[in-house]
Amino acid sequence: MATVSTKLRDPIVPDKREALDVQRIRDDFPVLKRTINDKPLVYLDSAATTQKPKQVIDAIADNYRHNYANVHRGVYTLSAEATDLYEGTRSAVATLIGAPSTKEIIFTRNTTESINLVAYSWGLSNLKSGDEILLTEMEHHSNLVPWYMIAKRTGAIVRHMPLRADYTLDLTAGLDMINPQTKIVSVSHTSNVLGVINPIAEIAERARKHGAIVVVDAAQGVPHSKVDVSQMDIDFLAFSAHKMLGPSGVGVLYGREELLEAMEPFMGGGDMISSVTLDGATWNELPWKFEAGTPNIADVIGFRAAIEYLEKLGMDNVRKHEIELTEYALERMKEVKDFTIFGPQDAESRAGVISFVQEGVHPHDLATILDREGIAIRAGHHCAQPLMEILGQTATARASFYVHNDRHDVDALMAGLSCAGRFFGR
Amino acid sequence: MVDSKQNKDVQLNDLYRDTVLDHFRSPRGTKPIDRVDIRREGNNPLCGDKLEMSIKMSDDTIEDIEVHCKGCAISVASTSMLAELVPGMKKDDALKLAEGFKQMMHGQPAPEGLDIGDLDSLEGVKDFPVRVKCALLAWMTIIDALRADARDDDQTGAMTSTEDKQD
Ligand SMILES: Cc1ncc(COP(=O)(O)O)c(C=O)c1O
Repeated sequence: MATVSTKLRDPIVPDKREALDVQRIRDDFPVLKRTINDKPLVYLDSAATTQKPKQVIDAIADNYRHNYANVHRGVYTLSAEATDLYEGTRSAVATLIGAPSTKEIIFTRNTTESINLVAYSWGLSNLKSGDEILLTEMEHHSNLVPWYMIAKRTGAIVRHMPLRADYTLDLTAGLDMINPQTKIVSVSHTSNVLGVINPIAEIAERARKHGAIVVVDAAQGVPHSKVDVSQMDIDFLAFSAHKMLGPSGVGVLYGREELLEAMEPFMGGGDMISSVTLDGATWNELPWKFEAGTPNIADVIGFRAAIEYLEKLGMDNVRKHEIELTEYALERMKEVKDFTIFGPQDAESRAGVISFVQEGVHPHDLATILDREGIAIRAGHHCAQPLMEILGQTATARASFYVHNDRHDVDALMAGLSCAGRFFGR
Repeated sequence: MVDSKQNKDVQLNDLYRDTVLDHFRSPRGTKPIDRVDIRREGNNPLCGDKLEMSIKMSDDTIEDIEVHCKGCAISVASTSMLAELVPGMKKDDALKLAEGFKQMMHGQPAPEGLDIGDLDSLEGVKDFPVRVKCALLAWMTIIDALRADARDDDQTGAMTSTEDKQD
């Protein structure tokens, strides 16, 4: 079979219109120097998790080498340093997303845990039988299953805003589903399958009118564009460090202070208490009330380097770069016969995550064939089985972009796709 | 530095042999059967592959089988090969074959004297560890189906999952 060219990447001639200097960025990612099956790695699965620049890797190692100790516990210098660094990341996160106070930034393990925290702490004490939890048909399992679990325990009802034929949210029908029974509206900022970016402000406005709280799953939002909670009238926002160049094992929950203040803790233990007696306990202040036990110290500290890296590039440039690349990819994909893209065709209105199927080649086989060429894409249901059902697929292939990708990567993907087509068409 | 297993010497042609592609393109065993004694579903939750298996028994012999698999080339081909091999087989022999094929997928040689038909064309799958479950889906499903023979035991809604067992 034909193979994809393995020659070294010629630098793309710098062009003033390019939002990011990808050539320089690539030098920061040690993993991009390795080969897979003797081919240079083409990493197109940043929607699942991102690779890490050396700045982040070094920040974690530096912490273990120089400033590591438990936080909030020691009187000694090392612990004070670790605490300052740990809390420094919290301030950086607050600034990144425009949160008015660091009390509103809670560190969790990931987006999934952040959403569960809201579901359990807010949901269990505020929902009753017949109340409605409104989601959408495009949610990731992590913004479905916690609500199903809470609904089962409280008797609340889960409903889903429908999609239109162009895969975007049917806002007219969706907004009509918000009514006085609706207590929670929880939607993804950006779909990890369709690349659709949802109109959060409009949804939040209607939810507010009916007194519902608004939860935003921004796992695919915060990493790829400027997301500012002060510009959206929302109550909670969840995202993961590992999808934005940071380490795995660190998630964020932003919550409005009044709500967090009124909520019961999610987990009990060390750090989250103010005092404990043989009769009971009182809770620590925000945000520590929600951070029980020793947190993921070094990774939270490393996360700051990821935020700084992105801020140095500029979130607007990150977004622009992804639009450019998505536009190029969508254009090139038009060349492929019997090819279906599940998502909007207009790069400006969507994110850099493209799900597709190629007639006659199952996504799983496609991923294996591309892997032989060093190209990493995701194949499967992307933790969005209800959406797959609506798309009428058991699986799709998905390519997703980030700051280190450029047109070479898209070209490699396209060469891989035609290779797979030939292989199965033979 | 330890790199993850890189099957450098293994070619895609070893995975997708012509026999495999042929079964993938025209799967056997999809014709409706006239009586269903055992029905069982299988799925691979990791990749979403799904299959529905219906078996007609006469005493201890598999008389006929109908099976529909929605999945990748490997799972569809393996399912199709199963449909070609098991009709006419005694239940115990079908179970032996299934166990033998599982061994093969885990890197051991197929047991001596076992007639594995076209299954030898799936031998290359063992070098692609993430794809082994695809090849095993149909076989794990038939093992469960035959062990809990529906004539004694209602399997309505019973599902075999490639994630259930670690063998
Ligand atoms: C839209 C969306 N929500 C939630 C998640 C869950 O993120 P995590 O696995 O970090 O909890 C993901 C990523 O897998 C996602 O893409």
